[in-house]
Formats: sequence, C-alpha cells, structure tokens
Amino acid sequence: MSIAATQKRSFGAFLWDYLTTVDHKKIAHLYLFGGGFFFLLGGLEAVVIRIQLIKPENDFISAGFYNEMITMHGTTMIFLAAMPIIIGLMNAAMPLQIGARDVAFPFLNALSFWLFLFGGLLLNISWFTGAPDAGWTSYASLALDSPGHGIDFYIAGLQIAGAGTLMGGINFLATIVNMRAPGMTYMRMPLFTWATFITSVLILFAFPALTINLFLLMFDRMFGTAFFDVALGGNTIIYQHLFWIFGHPEVYILILPLFGLFSDVFSTFSKKRLFGYTAMVFATMLIAFLGFMVWAHHMFTVGLGPVANSIFAVGTMAIAVPTGIKIFNWLATMWGGSVRINTAMLWSLGFIPSFTIGGMTGVMLGSAVADYQYHDTYFVVAHFHYVIVGGTVFGIFAGLHYWWPLMFGRILHEGMGKLTFWTFFIGFHLTFFIQHFLGLMGMPRRYWVFLEDQGLDLGNFISTIGAFFMSFGVIVFLINIIYTAVKGEKASADPWDGRTLEWATASSPPPYYNFKQLPLTRGLDPLWIEKREGNGKMTPAEPLGDIHMPNGSFTPFLMSLGFFIAGFGFIYQTDNSLWHIALFGGMAFALGCMIYRSIKDDHGYYIPKAELEREAD
Amino acid sequence: MSQDHSLYPETMPQHPERATLEGKNKFMGLWFFLGGETVLFACLFGTYLALKDSTAGGPSSEDMFGLGLVFIMTMLLLTSSLTSVYAMYHMRNNEFKKMMLWLGITALLGMGFLGLEIYEFAHYITEYGFTFRSSAFGSAFYALVGFHGGHVTFGICWIITLMIRNAKRGLNLYNAPKFNTFSLYWHFIDVIWVFVFTVVYLMGKVG
Repeated sequence: MSIAATQKRSFGAFLWDYLTTVDHKKIAHLYLFGGGFFFLLGGLEAVVIRIQLIKPENDFISAGFYNEMITMHGTTMIFLAAMPIIIGLMNAAMPLQIGARDVAFPFLNALSFWLFLFGGLLLNISWFTGAPDAGWTSYASLALDSPGHGIDFYIAGLQIAGAGTLMGGINFLATIVNMRAPGMTYMRMPLFTWATFITSVLILFAFPALTINLFLLMFDRMFGTAFFDVALGGNTIIYQHLFWIFGHPEVYILILPLFGLFSDVFSTFSKKRLFGYTAMVFATMLIAFLGFMVWAHHMFTVGLGPVANSIFAVGTMAIAVPTGIKIFNWLATMWGGSVRINTAMLWSLGFIPSFTIGGMTGVMLGSAVADYQYHDTYFVVAHFHYVIVGGTVFGIFAGLHYWWPLMFGRILHEGMGKLTFWTFFIGFHLTFFIQHFLGLMGMPRRYWVFLEDQGLDLGNFISTIGAFFMSFGVIVFLINIIYTAVKGEKASADPWDGRTLEWATASSPPPYYNFKQLPLTRGLDPLWIEKREGNGKMTPAEPLGDIHMPNGSFTPFLMSLGFFIAGFGFIYQTDNSLWHIALFGGMAFALGCMIYRSIKDDHGYYIPKAELEREAD
Repeated sequence: MSQDHSLYPETMPQHPERATLEGKNKFMGLWFFLGGETVLFACLFGTYLALKDSTAGGPSSEDMFGLGLVFIMTMLLLTSSLTSVYAMYHMRNNEFKKMMLWLGITALLGMGFLGLEIYEFAHYITEYGFTFRSSAFGSAFYALVGFHGGHVTFGICWIITLMIRNAKRGLNLYNAPKFNTFSLYWHFIDVIWVFVFTVVYLMGKVG
C-alpha cells in the first residue's frame, strides 16, 4: 500500500482511483475542482452580464439570453460553486481537526459528490437546449409559464445536487458526534469544525424544504397538478414561502463555515487563542437559529400585513447582534497578537470591512418600511454580493491559501496570491459599491437594458470595469495553481506553526489513514498546547494497532449516473412518451445500485500493525 | 476479515445494533435523517393546510372521507410499529428466528395498510373524479398522503431485501444495525401517519 503510493502510476489508474475513492481527502480534491469549474462558468456568466450593462441600451446579448445568464449565474454560483467548494474545505479539514480517520459514512461521502457533479452537469447541459430563465429563485408564477425545458432542467439538476448536499450534511453531523478523538470534547473543537457542525444542521433542516418545493413545481409543470395554478384554487405564495424557508438558511450555510475558517486563520496567524471562544460558538448557534426565523423578510412587499412584516423585521435586525459579537472577537483576537500578514490573512482582513458593509445594508433592508424602496433594485444586488463575495468568496480564497499545503502538500505562491487579493479586492468594491447608489436611484435588478442619461451610465460603466479587475485576479490565481503544482514550495506537515490537529499528522498531505495512532487532546488548540509544553507533537491516545479502512467503490458514480439519466427522462417525457424508458430505466438502475450496495457485504480492510511499524514516523 | 462479526450468546453485547462504530454511526445518521424528513413532511402539511379548502368546485374532504376505512388503516400501521418493537426485542436477545417472524408480520401489516390506501385512492378517483389534477386540494392531498405511502412502500421493500439477504446467516454485529435502522424508520413513518390521520382525516371530517 505505502510502496504503491510512492510509485509513478499511469493516468488510467489515477483516474480510476478518483472515480472510486471514498477517502475524505480525495473527495475534497474532487469537490474543489468540480466546484472550481462551476465557479469559472458562473464567473464567465457574470462578466457577460456586466458587458451587457456597460453602456445604455446595449445589445451585446438578447433579452432572453440575458434572463438565462442571470438565472444561471445565481444558481451556479450558489449551488454549484460556493457550496461544493465549502463542502470540499470541510472534507479536507474537519475529520483531521477532530482527530478522525475519515467521515462516518465514506461511501455516502462519495455519493454526495457524484450527485452534486451530475446534478450540476445536468443543469448546465440546458445551455444547449435553452437554459432556465426565471431567476435563481424561479418563482412559480414566472416559472410555470416559461416555455421550453429550461425550468425543468433547473428542477431536475437542483433536485439531484440537493440530495447530495443533504447526505453530506447528515454525514458531517454523524462524524462530529461519534468520531471525535479521545479528549476532543465539543468545547475543544476548532471553530471551523463547530461551524461545519452547525452548518450541517442548517443543511439538514433547510434542504428538505427545497426538495418539496421543487417537487411541487415539477408536479405542476410536468404532471398538470394545481399547487400554484390559481384557476384551480392554487396559491403561488406557497412557493415563495417554501423557497425562502430553504433560501434564508441557505445564505447562512454559505457564510457560517467561512466564519469558522476566519476564526482559525486569525488565531493561527496572530499566535493567540481565539478571543471569546465560547461566545463565538454560541453566536454561531444563535445566527443559525435566527436564520430559520426570518425568511419572510424576502417577502416584505408580497403583502403579508404589518404584523408579520414587523415581526420578521425585528428578527432580521436581531441577527446583527451575534454577527457583531463575531466581528469584535476577530478584532480582539488580533489585538496584541504577533500578527503575520500573508495571503490567507490578507483575505481575512479584507473580509472584515467588506462583510460589515454587507451586514449594515442587511439591517437597512431588514427595515420593512424602507424595503419597499429597496426591493428588487440594485441595492439588493449590492447587498448580497457584499456578503456572499465579501464573506464567502473571500473566505474560500483564505481557506484555499491556508489549507493548500494540507490538501496538496505545497504552498501557494505568496506574490501571486497577494496580486490576486489586491486586484480582486479593488475590483470587488469597484463593481458592487456603486451598485448601492444605482439601486437607490431606482435601477431595478434583472433588467436587460437601461436608458441613457438617467444618471445610471457612469455607475454601470465603473461596475463593469470592476468586474474585469476581479476576472484578472481569478486568472492570476489559476496561474498560481499551475505554478505551484509544478514549482511550488513543498510544505512540511505544519507549515504555519499551527494550533489544531490537522497540522499534527505525519506529513502534508496527511497519509491516507490520517493518524497512525489517534491523538490525545488536552484542551483547546491541542497542538499548540503540546508545543508550548515542549513536546512538539501529540501524545497518542491508543497503542499502535491495526487500522480499519473502508473499501473504495464505483457504485456512487453509477448510482448518480442512474439519477442523471432519469433526470433527462423526467424533463422530456412531456414531449414524447418514449422518454419514459430513460425515466424508469435510470431510476431502476439507481435503485439497483442501492440494492447492490445493501446486499453486498462491505467490511472494509485492515492496515496491519506490522506495516504501520515499517513506515517512518 | 481480521475481526469476527458473529454473535454468540455468551459474548453478546447488550445492544448489538450499537456495539460497533459503524452501528453507532448508522444509528446517529438515521436519527439525523429523520430530522430532515420531519421538515419534508412539515412542508407538505403546510401546503395541505393552505390548500385544503381550494376544491375548485369539486368534492371536499367532508364529502369523501370515510373514517371507518382510515381507522382500520391506522390500526394496521400502529400495530406494525408494535410488532417491529417485538422484533427489536428479540434481536437484543439474539433470537434470530423470532425476530424474522415479527419483522415478517410487520411487513405484512404494512402491505395491508398499503393495499387499503390504494383502494382508498381508487375509490376517490372513480367515485368522485377526485384526482391529483382536479383541484389544488386534490394536488395537496395526494402529495401529502402519497409521499407517506411512498415512504411505506420504500420501507416494505427495504425490510424484505434485508430479510432475504440475511435469511440464512443469522444475526451478527454487521447486520444488527441494519435491522435497527429499519425499525427506527418504520416508527417514524407511523408517527407521520398519526399526524396525517389527525390533520387530514379527523380535521377534514369534523374540523
């Protein structure tokens, strides 16, 4: 096993390894590159949108194509780029941070990834036949009347990808509850692990609402039911409620993991333990709890009445309190620390003011009366890009720089990293800051063109130039990845003088079994405690023995392929009943894979103690 | 295999379904899954409550529902929950044959429930022209009750697969968690039915 790993392998073996892997570290790679691919697609769509809006009454793309662009940009960035990359980071770091050898359900972990990838591919195949065009929210009143199959692709793609995400959430929860190493109590877990735990709870309770909503929309579009058909007594507001009961927790799914990550980065590069650890944990919980209570603030203008609007407005503004606690704790963590500013830290520092601006406009939007003015304008667009780009994307970049050694064993080039940061940071504020004012001047979101001399020309021009800066930054980052893979500095097991268990393995990247002996945790920041007491490495919590490992499997890929084929069947069976073959064939194949998985015993294998002893420490 | 998963009465752990890490994970994972399922059904209940009076001139719940049939269905499903408890009791005593017997009875009761539900649906469609498409009430009714029925169907297929697969090899630490997770799932389906019975049928008849 260990000898085979060091030998040069053929490309076929390499590919087969990734197609069948159940190792959380390799699944993290898959998530990162799958999500990264969709991030580039979504970015390209954003640039097309901005080019269309560079000047008044532009005709760079047609109105219908523009609708497809904004829909796919939003959908792709949220479901296929941000979430998978975040889940990739969770896979890369969380099991190591709690001192586990893998997640609770390695097979399910692989299935989650393949479902996401096939769902994403299905959604994007719609580009060739007509993409969804009812916005990323796909409100029923609009989506039901959308001609063609675009919306059907949206439904099928998100249903498949969403199932994968739900499984991922359950998997992480079971892992954190059951598989923490000896001594790793809940209140000793790194903040990123805490954030993973709480985010998984959000996924678990939010995604079923999306599942049902997509089912209802699917029944209405494909099978002639009347959930949203007003003529038969249906009610389209139900769609909005169910969508935002999912959709609001979703924005916390996008940001909370990065809150955890920033906490780890600030603490590591300030050489101080996190200020207010307990407060940080409970603030995260409070944000997650309140996140379920405020969905109707997306619907202030629907006409729910002043009482409902007031309650949801107050709830919304209350979220600023735990978020403020976090901002101050990050600042206090750096206070008096020996701060080292590298690229990961730069992204984290850039995050604080950017996200705070997004948070403040959030409180403004939370005021129900003022929202009647802001609703569906570029003010909203500016707000959510400040929190999602300024929070999530900055966090992803910080995380990639911080954990690249952990994932790939090399350190990303600092110079190029800083160039990416500064161009992206400046471009980001150029693009979105001006959009607040465009919105206040009345420019509605999702409009294909705007008229000349309405005071919108210069703002839109500046915004588009900013988008080019961000694109430049991303291209530099891609070059950085390639450069690092070829010539990058090789990382030691602990390149940042880390504090937590992911830096306590034998090498970077860690061996496939993670820890030869599970480490004994003696407090918060366990590795730092051992370093301060002069041990330098973790004390083992168990004698050296056989290590149980899961077997790899090709079934997750095949099962997802079955659902992918069934997806086409669902989409096209309204045109031609021959497509029922794809529908039933695909479902039968996927269920067959499930039965195979159930009846075929899979006990895994053991790495014998003797082999572990042979390997150098 | 360097570990023996067979179970002997003299070395029997008290909870064979949670004696291994894999068993613990399955137990925990299924509980979390049921948490998600709760939200799934909550959304369907919400939709149903919003649309239950939108009959679009078609038959209403008071016109159609007969509590007698639904009462029999409820009794069948609740009894099947009890029999699955017996099965788990025998599992913990390592009495494989008795466990299989009670699981078989559970599956039969589930099938009885399902048969009556199919009869009920057919009755509404043929007698009243009340379908998935006829009104928003119809869509919401069949979506909620049908999702529950789908879960029952999945559960029956699940337990039959498990019983056939393990018929000849007895109980061990590898398959005990599998039986146990089924049992948990089955209880959950029953609890959902209690709510369906109350919200859809009782409230539909007298509410």
